[in-house]
Amino acid sequence: MTVINAQSLDLTFQTADGPIQALKDVNLQINQGDFVSFIGPSGCGKTTFLRVIAALEHPTGGTVTVNGMTPDQARQARAYGYVFQAAGLYPWRTIGGNIRLPLEIMGYPKSEQADRMKNVLQLVDLEGFERKYPWQLSGGMQQRASIARALAFDADILLMDEPFGALDEIVRDHLNEQLLALWARTGKTIGFVTHSISEAVYLSTKIVVMSPRPGRITDVIESPLPKDRPLDIRDTPEFAALAHRVREGLRAGHSYD
Amino acid sequence: MRSIVPVLTVVAAIIGLWYAAVIPMNIKEALMQAERAGAEVTPASARDRRDAAALGLVMQNSFAIGATFDQDRPRLPAPHQVMAELWDTTIDKRITSRRSLVFHAWVTLSATSLGFAIGTGLGILLAVGIVHSRVMDLSVMPWAIVSQTIPIIAIAPMIIVVLYSIGVQGLLPKAIISAYLSFFPVVVGMVKGLRSPDAMQLDLLRTYSATKTQSFFKLRLPASMPYLFASLKIGIAASLVGAIVGELPTGAQSGLGARMLTGSYYGQTIQIWSALFAAAIVAAALVGLIGLIQRLTLRRMGVTA
Repeated sequence: MTVINAQSLDLTFQTADGPIQALKDVNLQINQGDFVSFIGPSGCGKTTFLRVIAALEHPTGGTVTVNGMTPDQARQARAYGYVFQAAGLYPWRTIGGNIRLPLEIMGYPKSEQADRMKNVLQLVDLEGFERKYPWQLSGGMQQRASIARALAFDADILLMDEPFGALDEIVRDHLNEQLLALWARTGKTIGFVTHSISEAVYLSTKIVVMSPRPGRITDVIESPLPKDRPLDIRDTPEFAALAHRVREGLRAGHSYD
Repeated sequence: MRSIVPVLTVVAAIIGLWYAAVIPMNIKEALMQAERAGAEVTPASARDRRDAAALGLVMQNSFAIGATFDQDRPRLPAPHQVMAELWDTTIDKRITSRRSLVFHAWVTLSATSLGFAIGTGLGILLAVGIVHSRVMDLSVMPWAIVSQTIPIIAIAPMIIVVLYSIGVQGLLPKAIISAYLSFFPVVVGMVKGLRSPDAMQLDLLRTYSATKTQSFFKLRLPASMPYLFASLKIGIAASLVGAIVGELPTGAQSGLGARMLTGSYYGQTIQIWSALFAAAIVAAALVGLIGLIQRLTLRRMGVTA
């Protein structure tokens, strides 16, 4: 079932230096339960595309539907949770309080808030931390808390904008593993923006390679890797071949400059 | 406690400088009195002394140095004179007495508190408006800035006169002058504080379809607290200045400002200085109180600042 459907999507920003075409003729279908990575150099529009899905930006041409609705309607229907590059936890709220934030805004009853908070904390392995303040947690734990916050209201789609970009490689590997486990357990559809080829290949069922000026899709790769992926799958020839294809795609997008 | 030594050093240096300044400031008066009492003074003519340099007089008449610290109406009272007056007018007088500084400080403090409450409330309201309405941002902010360029000493009598003509007198006019000074730092600080959440945090709330009211109470208001308290500390000191200035042009009978004014009418410099010190002590106490509330609030918010 197609969850996200983009048809000949265009987005042009009007800036002081003239118009900048952030997305040009983007066509993409994302199916239920897919783990889709968007990879490409800065300015290729991968974040912009994610923001269009989340109705944080509005396309200047073409259409995009989320669960068959416009992005604005989908947001009202709580179709997605969004994880930003920085954890962005409120320093004046405890971890539990931060996870309750969307629930309070959406008007969940108090007792349900507490139950949901406990559940998602378990999902991201942060049981027992609900009374801690963000500054008491490491960067990786903070980002896990922000994922829990995005999961708290049971959206089917999880949009993640370079969520592990600011973390070191060891923590990132660990979180990638945990994210895969979480994805397997919850069956969410995940849109994941990244700079890292190995991260994209390791995590995704579908890799969208993008290139800049104007931002566009140059290649969509269906991953042949099995769904169950231990970390050392990255040493296999299949993994290397896939990474090679992504790298080629990125290079092709750059050939003109 | 390691900071006590540098603090005491600075205090000692100030007091030392003060005593040193008292000698040349008061030497002419001291010599005048000495002459009347029959002492030999150089130069002997009061006219010559008037034009002579104060330091020169001190050199030539070192016998009179002691007397400079002990004048009834000194140009510059010595620290111990001010302290004695402070002690006399706070501890020794009944606080209901018109000669008690505690009484005068209380009068000024009540105008300050009311003015600070009005100013803070107004400042927060204006800031909320400015942050949420572009029209207000463009229209109110320039006026707020202009209001602070007008010398308060010029506008204070007008406020008093205008309010008196519509029958408002007593505490309120002073409080309004006080509010006039204190709303501005609150507006500036609150606008900055309410705008302090970055684009990402605002986007996050948009993904929840949060209303403006929700964003305000869940994000903007708590995020503005550190800015608010910084402004309140400036605002409360400004409130006190406003209340004192409000007492000057009114012929007020009570309040620290009135005390300073009557002191200057009758050449009671010691009284002026002790009122000044009382004002400084009240200001320090008020700023300290705000600091305490800030610490308690931020601790309750889980922010270790």
